[in-house]
Amino acid sequence: MNIKVSETATEQLVIAPELKLKKQPSILRIKNLNVFAGNHHILKNINLEIPKNRITVLLGPSGCGKTTLLKSMNKLTDLYKELKVSGQIYIEKDDILNTNKNIPNIRQKMGLLSQKPYPLPVSIYKNVAYGIKLKGVRDKKLIDYNVEKKLKEVGLWDEVKDRLHLSPESLSIGQQQRLCLARGLAVKPHFILADEPTSALDPVSSKIIENLFRELKKHYTIILVTHVLRQAQRLADNVVFMNYGEIIEQGNPEKVFKYPRSSQMKEYMVEGN
Amino acid sequence: MILKRVVFDWLSRTWMITALAIILSLPLTIGIALYFKANPLFEMQSLARLISSSDWSPSEGDFGFLPFIFSSLYVTLLSFLFAAPVCLFAAIYLTQFASKRLIQVMHPVIDILAGIPSVIYGMWGILIIVPFVGDVLAPVLNIKSPGYSILAGGIVLALMCIPYMLNMLIETFNTVPIGLKEAALSLGATRWESVKHVIIRKSYPGIISSYGLGIAKAFGETLAVMMVVGNMVQLTFNPFEAGYPLPALIANNYGEMLSIPRYDSALMFAALILLIVILIINLIFRYFIYQTQKQ
Repeated sequence: MNIKVSETATEQLVIAPELKLKKQPSILRIKNLNVFAGNHHILKNINLEIPKNRITVLLGPSGCGKTTLLKSMNKLTDLYKELKVSGQIYIEKDDILNTNKNIPNIRQKMGLLSQKPYPLPVSIYKNVAYGIKLKGVRDKKLIDYNVEKKLKEVGLWDEVKDRLHLSPESLSIGQQQRLCLARGLAVKPHFILADEPTSALDPVSSKIIENLFRELKKHYTIILVTHVLRQAQRLADNVVFMNYGEIIEQGNPEKVFKYPRSSQMKEYMVEGN
Repeated sequence: MILKRVVFDWLSRTWMITALAIILSLPLTIGIALYFKANPLFEMQSLARLISSSDWSPSEGDFGFLPFIFSSLYVTLLSFLFAAPVCLFAAIYLTQFASKRLIQVMHPVIDILAGIPSVIYGMWGILIIVPFVGDVLAPVLNIKSPGYSILAGGIVLALMCIPYMLNMLIETFNTVPIGLKEAALSLGATRWESVKHVIIRKSYPGIISSYGLGIAKAFGETLAVMMVVGNMVQLTFNPFEAGYPLPALIANNYGEMLSIPRYDSALMFAALILLIVILIINLIFRYFIYQTQKQ
């Protein structure tokens, strides 16, 4: 099907000024990644390079394999025995996909922020302290310091400092999501894998998360899965458009969004706007 | 047309309320009936004496229920100690680690185990567990045992409770969202740590209620226990000795309860104790659940 992108759709694009940043070396490389669930080919020969300290947006319709791609980056695909995963994923020189050593350490490098906040069934404080303790830190002062620092980093400290020892259930969904982000940051990841992190949130909370991402990319490499075109346009430094388990287009958002080459991307842009 | 719908609406609502009322009044009517039937006994002996005395000679009018209450609690406690850890770990393995294939095999197996009539568990207990306790376990520990004992009762009862408890625990663990497990793993937890810190913690109320229902079921189980427990009226802490739980007392003597004065009242009282203890167990576990949910 041939779809023409209307002029207005492309003109409406607002490209964030930070996109004109200079090119960064890639820190994560995916080679020939294939994922099967039985006979269903979920990811088809994915080759991808993720630039350091940038927001890479995985964009595409629901069910196109974005989440599976994200989960293979921190080996959560191991949990689903029905999935057959092949290929390589390199962080610097280490292939993390085909190793069984130190899986907890690998996962700590890849902080996960899921669609819905899943606070652990412990207090707000312990949620953030959990990962720090898993790293072997026992010094109470150091843990306290880090908990406070990370809660401040996500702008939650002032809202929760008087109820650190209460259950996170008492927080709003938006606050819970920021708590989950703080908890993930506390283990000092190199990456933030965000799986549609604002899809359950109201617009105000979504905006807070988006602004946080703009800040956080100075220190972390962010991979954001979304099906919301406008969010991708607002945040992306690097766009990967996927459909039916394949990468259809990828590259600089200015180029991809303004001059989509494939009919699938053009159609998505029309529908998404 | 509209009249028909209104009538049906009224009928369905009335029927639902009636059904609910029947269910709600059931335990109450049972309790009241048992109380009035047991009443002649209270005129003869005080309640405190009835449940604290261990003299049991119905023909002389001595009704001390302590050995029966104690046996019941002892057998139940033993069965719980055997079944609880087995069920917990089996349920964790099946829900968190096992392959789909194993789960597909295990589900019908558990259902079949749950559906086996208790008399078959009892027969199996006589054939396997009683000789095992009497001829293998007791000599190893240098104890004399007839085999028909509180321990044998506990083991058979544990086996009977396992499918029941296991099913409830599996249900409980399956309700923990996978996202929560993924969150713990992403923070660097190993699989066991994610189970220990997150899955079990999140499932506390469910685990407690599964255990509570399991214990209540075990306490009232009659036939299989009666077949292996020895049925001797004595008060002993030695699990290799015979015991005589309350349900066995009722079932064994129901046929001749009118032959001795007040024996029928005594058996009704035994049933009443059974009902009250199960009620208390339920209340205790409800309280635990309420406490954990409050936290």
